[in-house]
Amino acid sequence: MAATLLFVAIVVGLFLQLVHGSWESLTTFGPGFIWSSAWNPVTNKFGALPFIFGTVVSSAIAIVVASVVGIAAAVFLAEFAPPFIARPISFLIELLAAVPSVVFGLWGLFVLAPVLARSVDPFLAHTLGFLPLFSGPIYGVGLLTAGLLLALMIVPTVAAITRDLILAVPNELREASISLGATRWETTMRVVVPAARAGIMGACVLALGRALGETIAATMVIGNRPAISASLFAPSYTLSSVIANEFTEATSSLYISALLELGLILFVISVIVNGSARLLMFSMLRRERPR
Amino acid sequence: MIAGARLEPGRRYRGLAGVLVTGFCSALAAGLLIVLLGYVIAQGWTAINPSFLTQLPRPVGVTGGGVANGIVGSVIIVGIATLMAMPIGILTGLYLAVYGRGFAAEFIRFLAEVLSGLPSIAIGLFAYTLFVQPFGHFSGFSAAFAFTVLMLPLMVRTSEEAIRGVPIAVREGALALGLPDYGGVLHVVLPAARPLIVTGLLLAIARVTGETAPLLFTAFGSQFWEANPGAPMAELSLQIFTYAISPYDDWHRQAWGGALLLIAAVLVLNIGARLALSRGSKRR
Repeated sequence: MAATLLFVAIVVGLFLQLVHGSWESLTTFGPGFIWSSAWNPVTNKFGALPFIFGTVVSSAIAIVVASVVGIAAAVFLAEFAPPFIARPISFLIELLAAVPSVVFGLWGLFVLAPVLARSVDPFLAHTLGFLPLFSGPIYGVGLLTAGLLLALMIVPTVAAITRDLILAVPNELREASISLGATRWETTMRVVVPAARAGIMGACVLALGRALGETIAATMVIGNRPAISASLFAPSYTLSSVIANEFTEATSSLYISALLELGLILFVISVIVNGSARLLMFSMLRRERPR
Repeated sequence: MIAGARLEPGRRYRGLAGVLVTGFCSALAAGLLIVLLGYVIAQGWTAINPSFLTQLPRPVGVTGGGVANGIVGSVIIVGIATLMAMPIGILTGLYLAVYGRGFAAEFIRFLAEVLSGLPSIAIGLFAYTLFVQPFGHFSGFSAAFAFTVLMLPLMVRTSEEAIRGVPIAVREGALALGLPDYGGVLHVVLPAARPLIVTGLLLAIARVTGETAPLLFTAFGSQFWEANPGAPMAELSLQIFTYAISPYDDWHRQAWGGALLLIAAVLVLNIGARLALSRGSKRR
């Protein structure tokens, strides 16, 4: 009982401490902090917009790529792969989730970023360069690299949960669909996956939450420049990586307070995202109950 | 329609293409892990030698040296965190499993959910405001506290599930033999749930062993031997990060070596957790 109270105190204390620490910044800048793009420690002007932009865009790339690859992999593993293929591949994908983020960052910095800068980015610039998304100078590090690295990190979350959800779809649905003349593929795509849709969306939102909060790997490959630019090749900055880079160098108390407020924004975003993931999964569980 | 009518080729090919594409995606995800592991092993192997494992870091410009203080620091910080997280996590899980009905229990489960989704850097900030700001200096203990908070949600959830998995008849049996309620829980239910609790514990340890972000402004890092958790402390994953973003080739080489050590430790913990799980389920 006492341990339980201690646990509650820790979680509630976490939120209160963040609010308390960022109070100076909260009162100085007000809500304008969120849409101001000034970030100048010398003149004590702080705004969160470039960091919110970098966080949202890199995570959006990550979740688009990871949900396509992750759901496809889960469909294959749950519906089509024979056990002697499905078991080792599932194991490898689960191990991918265990790789420390600093190792992902190291690999992203020394392997993924140069590969993208040398071959993938120039190809994209050549073929799709007319879009502002794929124009501008190529640095190697930037939004696209960070998004792809984050995608790799959250694929296991999407794939593992989706696979379990698909395996949990009752067999009667498959049998009914096959008996109506549908092929295995049509059954999977039109019956099985739609039956698990809400849960799969929940899994994607959960993975999105991981991408939003990921710090070290993003810090190592995003380029760390607080700028808002239309190009995906451009360096950017995320909420968590600016905290990681500047917190120990922050000198004025307002600077520290502004960084703590960025942490508070991250806290609020992750609670909203994880809460909606839970709601999606919950609504699915309730609907799936036999009528 | 006649029995045995042939499938339109279009439908057959679409199915075939679908299986190929989905198969490619799973091979891609698994293949990237193999590429990543292979690269870390190939690069890290050349950096690992006795002096890398036993010596202190050398100053910039001097080649050689090692990460021994980081390894020791990691063990100390993760050790303290484990000692703090174990009682809170297991007892909270026990409370939820045994007495967990009603609003209070639901609220605690909700808090565990919230905590498990929180970015580790926010938890690091919390440890900073609690244990670094008031004392005026970085410390290994503040890092251990951040790791404790990171371990808790996983520990609470797996302990609750483990204890819930023990049949109610076992507890009733202990009561029938005259043990008091807490005695039955302590001596009968907890031992029965142990394999799963150990699995959760190992997974939680693996999770924080690979964690870096909260250490930046809690443990902070150190160039020296430091066994006192009240002072700034070196930590392996933090050293990897510092070395990786430095401009020196020798440090990059050492970062790969450290990454190999870290990944080996985390994978051993994960596989150990699986073994504990399979042994536990076999016994039941």
